[in-house]
Amino acid sequence: MFFRLLKNSKRNVLLPLIFLCASPMISADWFALNMTRGITDISNEVFELHMLIFWICVAIGAVVFSVMFYSMWAHTKEKNPVPATFHENHKLEIAWTIIPFLILIAMAVPASKTLVKIYDDEAGDINIQVTGYQWKWQYRYLEDEVSFFSNLSTDLDEIYNLVPKGENYLQEVDEMVVIPAGKKVRFLITANDVIHSWWMPAFAIKQDAIPGFVNTAWTVVDEPGIYRGKCTELCGKNHGFMPIVVKVVEQDEYDDWVYGKRQEAIKLAELTTKEWTTAELMERGEGIYEVNCVACHQTAGQGIAGIFPALAGSDIALNNKDRHIEILMEGVQGAAMNSFDYLSEVELAAVITYTRQAWGNAENGDGEIVVPKDIVDYKEPKI
Amino acid sequence: MSAVIENHHDDHHHGPAKGITRWLYTTNHKDIGTLYLWFSFAMFLIGGAMAMVIRAELFQPGMQIVEPEFYNQMITLHGLIMIFGGVMPAFVGLANWLVPMMIGAPDMALPRMNNLSFWILPFAFFILLSSLFMEGGAPNFGWTFYAPLSTTYAPPSVTFFIFSVHIMGASSIMGAINVVVTIMNMRAPGVDLMKMPLFVWSWLITAYLLIAVMPVLAGAVTMMLMDIHFGTSFFNAAGGGDPVLFQHIFWFFGHPEVYIMILPAFGIVSHIIETFSRKQLFGYSSMVWAMLSIAILSFVVWAHHMFTVGLPLAAEIFFMWATMLIAVPTGVKVFNWVATMFRGSITFETPMLFAVAFVVLFTIGGLSGLMLAIVPADFQYHDTYFVVAHFHYVLVPGAIFSIMAAVYYWIPKWCGNMYDERLGKLHFWLSFVGVNVTFFPQHFIGLAGMPRRYPDYALQFADWNMVSSVGAFLFGFSQILFLFIVLKTVMGGKKATGQVWEGAKGLEWTVASPAPYHTFSTPPKID
Repeated sequence: MFFRLLKNSKRNVLLPLIFLCASPMISADWFALNMTRGITDISNEVFELHMLIFWICVAIGAVVFSVMFYSMWAHTKEKNPVPATFHENHKLEIAWTIIPFLILIAMAVPASKTLVKIYDDEAGDINIQVTGYQWKWQYRYLEDEVSFFSNLSTDLDEIYNLVPKGENYLQEVDEMVVIPAGKKVRFLITANDVIHSWWMPAFAIKQDAIPGFVNTAWTVVDEPGIYRGKCTELCGKNHGFMPIVVKVVEQDEYDDWVYGKRQEAIKLAELTTKEWTTAELMERGEGIYEVNCVACHQTAGQGIAGIFPALAGSDIALNNKDRHIEILMEGVQGAAMNSFDYLSEVELAAVITYTRQAWGNAENGDGEIVVPKDIVDYKEPKI
Repeated sequence: MSAVIENHHDDHHHGPAKGITRWLYTTNHKDIGTLYLWFSFAMFLIGGAMAMVIRAELFQPGMQIVEPEFYNQMITLHGLIMIFGGVMPAFVGLANWLVPMMIGAPDMALPRMNNLSFWILPFAFFILLSSLFMEGGAPNFGWTFYAPLSTTYAPPSVTFFIFSVHIMGASSIMGAINVVVTIMNMRAPGVDLMKMPLFVWSWLITAYLLIAVMPVLAGAVTMMLMDIHFGTSFFNAAGGGDPVLFQHIFWFFGHPEVYIMILPAFGIVSHIIETFSRKQLFGYSSMVWAMLSIAILSFVVWAHHMFTVGLPLAAEIFFMWATMLIAVPTGVKVFNWVATMFRGSITFETPMLFAVAFVVLFTIGGLSGLMLAIVPADFQYHDTYFVVAHFHYVLVPGAIFSIMAAVYYWIPKWCGNMYDERLGKLHFWLSFVGVNVTFFPQHFIGLAGMPRRYPDYALQFADWNMVSSVGAFLFGFSQILFLFIVLKTVMGGKKATGQVWEGAKGLEWTVASPAPYHTFSTPPKID
């Protein structure tokens, strides 16, 4: 049951094999050997520290191993049939305790200094709340009132070797975090479900995103560009599939971007009051399902036995519209199903309608659809 | 009291019982040692098979062989089985075989508990492995099982995992108590503490570490159990709990655990280097003090596994400095081994090859550990393949090479036959090349930015991942040769003398090979 090639008869078996053989040619990165320098002052300092301690370790290794290898070469039984009898030498022993101690201090002092700089905790020019979800990141710009989710945009067919992999395979998202160059940006990092970790190597930032806690990190990036990072704390099955992409732009471009995002939000709000047809909701809902639900409940709504319940044929999806809305708004206590109340009314209505209609659910159940107004009503305080 | 002693005296002359009951009911330290060693070998092969699945999936970018969900189960079980089923029982097996013989004792102090501590282990691992076939699959949250991924978000099999960890813990604690009581009470007259063989010293310290930290692990999993089934919120922020608390508790167990897996290796390697250099160990007492310092320091460095959880600055600096301090006693040990070899009269039989490789590769693992202690740099290394490379360097060519060295070194004493030297050397070179081809490139992959516990990766990591996988297959399949060599030696081969090795010192070499079923029924005379 675990082996994809055996169980998946729908996908062609030969095709993946072809790409399997072809992929070494599209990647040739034998020189990706060392940490990259990064692009901020802090990341440069970290890189220097890394190289310093690396060379110190190489030097220690060289001294110890050369004595050892010399001994292995010169003091074999053949060359030295009668072993020496010396043992214990206090001067030598004190020396090899004190000298390493001094070397360690020489390494720890600059490291501590850099650490103090990293821990500077003043507020930034721009403060962004970063929230880890299974398996995506949410970014909320506290001053500019912009908020969005950032999902992996690599196609599933690339992951399953059905089409060639693109240049930014697994390092691309549908919506990048945009920050202005030269400004102090502070990230307030937290999580909604399990622990994640927000790592941006180019800024030398790695902070765990922990539910119930807010960790902070900051950066000033002078060079505009696109920088890629990853989640670095095991957070469930799609841990490897929630990358981070930050786009650094000049201030003008940043202001335009913020304006554009606000306009989008206004348009979305207008959609709430529009009259919706089933087909429109279905179309919109499918996209939302692909991004938010498919990882657990699977493409055909079949779920994964024992962990993630099936939606196709589920009694709630067939006959219990109220409970269906409630689950999405509140989550399920003690299970992996979290609240999705952060989605807009339109998105929620669309995705609920989609799961009530797709996979034969409409024919087998009451076929009721949910419109944005239902969600608004749900949110109204109940008397 | 004297009646009891006399009754016991009557039993002395019987040999092993016949058939399966010999193994089920045995209270003989040698039989139990053998059971532990075979059990750990079986677990090593099972855990190794899981590593092969992992490396096969990582051979190329893209998902080919398993699903991410199953991949996470593999990494979790691989870690748990290798640590709790492979390395730890192997060391307990060696302690059972060797500690009584090295201190001139007739057996372990608590032989019935010894039987119990072994025989509950197969059940623990049966439970753990059976979770693979449960609905929802096996534990999938990594061997470190961080909450809340391992509580609220865990598959139902987590309860079986908790039960299994409890049994493993009980087994370890009983084994450790047995070692302490044996060493403290059953040394032959003249075997003073500061004259004990270093393997005995290393195990005495290890046993105290086990007694100190296994209950902490039991506490952690019990709190998980409460969170999952009884409505508590120890680790659930929504209920007022603290997910970081879990990590503090886990690593307060976890860091001493790391030394539990390496201290006995220090003991083994000291004996082997001394024997094949035909020269007295350079600094016996500094070796003992170094091990003690490492053991004590292991209790105050746990948070270096947690530099990215958002500790206060003062804590980061304290744990960085404390961690770096461990390099001093560890360095003392390495310098001592080199000084022991210096101007010795060295030969390179298989145990010595493994021991020399241990010193070199363990040192590399130690040096990368030093790099990881530097907090700002750790922000870049943490949870990448650099860490994977680091701990595999100290655990595979560290702990596991020392176990292999010990098997080659003492197997003539255990079964009376010499192993095949040519095959032994072949096994060494295959393992040595395999281990380095597997784990050295993982330093590159990690520094270039690949996080650990990823079933799939970006294209720039493809080349070295492929190299690493090739090395892993080489290392993995070489261990079948090891199994063959061990079986061949058990079945027959050149007869070993009692002394076995020209330069070997210690009480275990004063008895015949194979060692009689009962040794030192009367205490030996120590000069």
